Amino acid sequence: MKASRFSYARPSSLDEALALMADEAAEPMALAGGQSLMPMMNFRVARPGVLVDLNRIDGLSGIETTDTGVRIGAMTRYSDLAASDVVADKLPLVAAALPHIAHAAIRNRGTIGGSLALADPAAELPAVALALGATLHLVSQSGTRDVAADDFFLGAYDTALDDCELIAAVTFPGAGQGDRSGFHEIVRRHGDYAMAGVVVATTGGTPRVAFFAVGDGAMRHPPAEDALGPDLSGIDAAVATLADLDVAGDLNGDEATKRHLAGVALRRAVAEALA
Amino acid sequence: MTETMNITVTINGEAISRDAPVRQNLVDFIRTEAGLTGSHVGCEHGVCGACTIEVDGQAVRGCLMLAVQADGAEVTTVEGFGDRAAGLREAFATRNALQCGYCTPGMLASALEYIEAGGTADRAAIREHISGNYCRCTGYQSIVEAIADVIEGGRA
Repeated sequence: MKASRFSYARPSSLDEALALMADEAAEPMALAGGQSLMPMMNFRVARPGVLVDLNRIDGLSGIETTDTGVRIGAMTRYSDLAASDVVADKLPLVAAALPHIAHAAIRNRGTIGGSLALADPAAELPAVALALGATLHLVSQSGTRDVAADDFFLGAYDTALDDCELIAAVTFPGAGQGDRSGFHEIVRRHGDYAMAGVVVATTGGTPRVAFFAVGDGAMRHPPAEDALGPDLSGIDAAVATLADLDVAGDLNGDEATKRHLAGVALRRAVAEALA
Repeated sequence: MTETMNITVTINGEAISRDAPVRQNLVDFIRTEAGLTGSHVGCEHGVCGACTIEVDGQAVRGCLMLAVQADGAEVTTVEGFGDRAAGLREAFATRNALQCGYCTPGMLASALEYIEAGGTADRAAIREHISGNYCRCTGYQSIVEAIADVIEGGRA
């Protein structure tokens, strides 16, 4: 199907974009890479009044090393992340997740900010952001604010982002000495939406476990983190805690299947982290 | 803010200026305004890959980009691949790597990107790269072999 009618704005500065986003009555939606929003518009699930195209704003993309980690501009595309030596070197989990995100032609357009803002339950990067303790840098006409990934993702397609706000960038703490990480995704066919996935990371001895595609959005599971311990040795106990994981069935499987696959993914991700 | 916009898109080397409806996607613009019907419209939600084209040197989905977003861009479609894809076309013909042909323009666009980026003849890697292109005649085996032939023969 084709998208319903909308009007289109192509701001050349962030200020101009924020002014457009602040005009609630015009029902604005921000267009980043468009690899999820365009299908949603074509299905008419999304019907923006004004489409605010962020693609011609300078300064919203790029990868830089800072005091606190690696800061990635929201409009940085997956293919740019995949080609980045900084990402390969300092963010092995992001690098591990990238090949699982859809297909090459989609990765040439899709952006990290778009993925985080949409918060699709099956998306990889929200879970990576949770597992690494990322910080999202949000901006609106009222100013800027930093939100921890733990406080940002609220559920399926639900985030702390206000309607008038945009994600400017995200900072991932870089992997330190001795930090371990593993990523595993179970999928029927390469590039499809995941059936179940998990990201495991230890940062300075603190383990984090974030699941995706098993429930109502990317989510950490603290009981599994406690059971795993700093050296990730408690895998059997961690899998046992998944009896309490808040899973939801979908077209790929019912709750029991999802819970089982979450355990399989966790075992594989932890094995990868320890390898 | 507007519902139509004057845009200029260079398609296969020819600049085309039109007042485009902002809701028109790029592949529809290419087909209806440039009259180049080689790029096909399949699912219109980015899954099938039949509309895959090249925008500023990168393979993208023509259905997931608005025509207005390509204002000022260089677009190359299957009609414009020319000598770059001569070997691929030959290999597709030799291997009978198409039946109905609906997926072929998108397959060629994806395969060309893979080959030009230095992709290897490893069958699994080729399959992974074209995983975003559906062939509903299910002719994948011949398509993969055709792409491998080109790589092994050292010619796109």
